[in-house]
Amino acid sequence: MLHLSLFLIFGAICITGAINLLVQRHPINSALSLVVVMGSLAVEYLLLGAEFVAAVQVIVYAGAVMVLFVFVIMLLNAGEEEQTSGSRVAILFGIPGMIIGSVLLAWVLVARSGTGEVALGALPGSPRSIARLLFRDFLLPFEVTSVLVLIAIMGAVVLAARPEAVEHTKKEG
Amino acid sequence: MVPLNYYLLLSGFLFACGVAGFLIKRNIITIFMSIELMLNGVNLSFVAFAAHWHALSGQIFVFFVMVVAAAEAAVGLAIIIAVYRTRETLNVDQVNLLKL
Amino acid sequence: MTTPPFNLADYIMSLPIILLTLFALGILLIDLVTPKRWKWMNAVTALVGIAFSTGAIVFRSQKALRLSGGSGLLAYSNSMLIDRYALYFWYLFLAAAAISILLSVRYLEIEQENHGEYYALILFSVVGMMCMAAGLDVVLIFIGLELMAISTYVLVGFLRTNRRSNEAALKYLLLGAFSSGIFAYGLSLLYGLTGQTNLIGIAQGLQQRMASGNGHPGPIMVIALLTTATGLLFKIAAVPFHQWAPDAYEGAPTSIAGFMSVAVKAAAWAMLLRIVLIGLGPLRSVYVPLFIFVSIASMTAANLAALTQSNMKRLLAYSSIAHVGYMLLGLVAGTTTQVSVDGIRGILMYLLVYTFMNLGAFGVIASLRQRNVIGDELDDIAGLYYRAPTESVLMLLFLLSLAGIPPLAGFYGKYFIFLSLIETGHYALASLAVIYAVFGLYYYMKIANYIFMREAIDKTRLPLSWGMRAGLGIAAFATVFIGIYPEPFIRTVNWSLGLAQSALVAGLTH
Repeated sequence: MLHLSLFLIFGAICITGAINLLVQRHPINSALSLVVVMGSLAVEYLLLGAEFVAAVQVIVYAGAVMVLFVFVIMLLNAGEEEQTSGSRVAILFGIPGMIIGSVLLAWVLVARSGTGEVALGALPGSPRSIARLLFRDFLLPFEVTSVLVLIAIMGAVVLAARPEAVEHTKKEG
Repeated sequence: MVPLNYYLLLSGFLFACGVAGFLIKRNIITIFMSIELMLNGVNLSFVAFAAHWHALSGQIFVFFVMVVAAAEAAVGLAIIIAVYRTRETLNVDQVNLLKL
Repeated sequence: MTTPPFNLADYIMSLPIILLTLFALGILLIDLVTPKRWKWMNAVTALVGIAFSTGAIVFRSQKALRLSGGSGLLAYSNSMLIDRYALYFWYLFLAAAAISILLSVRYLEIEQENHGEYYALILFSVVGMMCMAAGLDVVLIFIGLELMAISTYVLVGFLRTNRRSNEAALKYLLLGAFSSGIFAYGLSLLYGLTGQTNLIGIAQGLQQRMASGNGHPGPIMVIALLTTATGLLFKIAAVPFHQWAPDAYEGAPTSIAGFMSVAVKAAAWAMLLRIVLIGLGPLRSVYVPLFIFVSIASMTAANLAALTQSNMKRLLAYSSIAHVGYMLLGLVAGTTTQVSVDGIRGILMYLLVYTFMNLGAFGVIASLRQRNVIGDELDDIAGLYYRAPTESVLMLLFLLSLAGIPPLAGFYGKYFIFLSLIETGHYALASLAVIYAVFGLYYYMKIANYIFMREAIDKTRLPLSWGMRAGLGIAAFATVFIGIYPEPFIRTVNWSLGLAQSALVAGLTH
């Protein structure tokens, strides 16, 4: 019962955050609702027993990644999004499409799959057991990940570094 | 006890919201956040399925998805800065030098 | 402690990947101390890295495979499968990367963006591709895919002061990340259905589910298939998920557009074939109609759109989408009754010849880049024959090959696909493909018409650098040689499939 009520409370917060992300016009509000979604998802992970995932979700996702987003929003001084003809077309097709899609998905997930129940903390994902898998069975993907992160850093530097010749740009248009 | 379906439903909803946001939002940064929302939906479904199967490999996948999301965010925001520098707008409709 | 699940043999099997990574890191370090005049050294370092990696495949991986005598070696606790299929793709990626690097040197100097990161990123993306081709675990495939994709996003936007380049990078990144998200959702559903991240395990789980459902896939299975396939089709740029390709190719540096159209595409195909044939094998009855639809849509939309293009990079982008349509027909033929080798052989052959002829065509466009002329509009190449006769003749060669004219390599790509279609009784699809091939001939000849029949506006001769000469030379030689003497290449493709096939069967039985 405790499990169900906690699930429902944080699920509701999560859904509200996701909808708020779509409704808000200013990117900073959307970013903050995304933080809410991520925070409540961390609680859901905890309910499922994935403690380490929950911690990483808060530290890396809601922490580092979202700070990056907020930082860029501030850096570029992003304002409210303007309405253009493109956005009206997108809303016209996007909203009904989303409703149809989620109803379909909900129908499939609820009506057609009898996949049982999950107990509170069903699968304890402690750092020890995670590490055992990560550094043994998934060693190669893990090593490739290090290259991936290197690329991301390097790519960000290459792309965002201030071009030496700004004049050059202006001429080429 | 909570039915597994509830978790899947929540993850499916987050994923659908992400897709919808990708389609209807016009601000590049918000579009990017919608993609993060999609990946969060994916993560929840992985963790729920991991609990269902009693196999930790689902939780491992979540870490890789997180790394990918972080890397994409870093590169993506760098590209957004580069785009903003050359044309001073964050609206996708105005980034249209290449015709569709 | 229990015994470690990996040992020296695993490292030897992945030696080509490790070497390539080390060389890429080396380039990043050396670039810091290289003076501006010596930047071409980075390209040389990258080529040496590719040579070492190739050597490691020939003398280590392939030897280990031969000595084991089995149908492929599993490495790193079953997350990697080194079989002839993987090695074939490894060779293909390395060849494409080498030619692209040769074509890039002069181009980057003209763009004044001659940084070592460029070559490092190409090598890193090849590392990602190798993981995709050899991955048996979806975790490794996914990480390899993202490694390749993120390197390519940066490469597309590499001309950071160029508005077209960073716009192309933005569009490519947004759609690429979106498709990765859909793909990951598909993978999570597949994991949910089977509890496995290994493709063989997924196949077994799906087979059990199909058997318990009397051969009918449940709705969740259909959604899993659709989302996974959507992600895969995005990556190979098939209609209706092709929107990013013309934009990305047009805005990207020309050398990178060439690289993307062959190497990135080949890697996506390697991944698609592995996932579709091994992992999703039990869902064959569901996905064959899907692929028929997508391939017809790709051929139709791309061939029609290509007719009206005035920018050569866009035209080649649409033509590459059309080629994907032909290759998908091979997949249809290869999976209709049971997994038959012919259609798949057609795809591998097609990817091989396509690598050389399409890189060649993009290389010629790259060679036209001058300080103030981009050289990718059709008007820019008017009368090219009078300014650069060598490039013009080479371009004609590549275009004829792309159109599939018999004595050239491109013919064999289409030949095997059509043959497999006829063998499996898809006469309607085969005749449709032939009709579209004629469309293709029209727009390729339109380019040739501009080159040979128009008056040149600007009469200055175009210089050709050593890198261009070497790159175009290799591409042209391969295009002609494969066309005239295809036996060794057909044998190579058969060799690569001999084991992919048995690995497939072995995977489903044990």
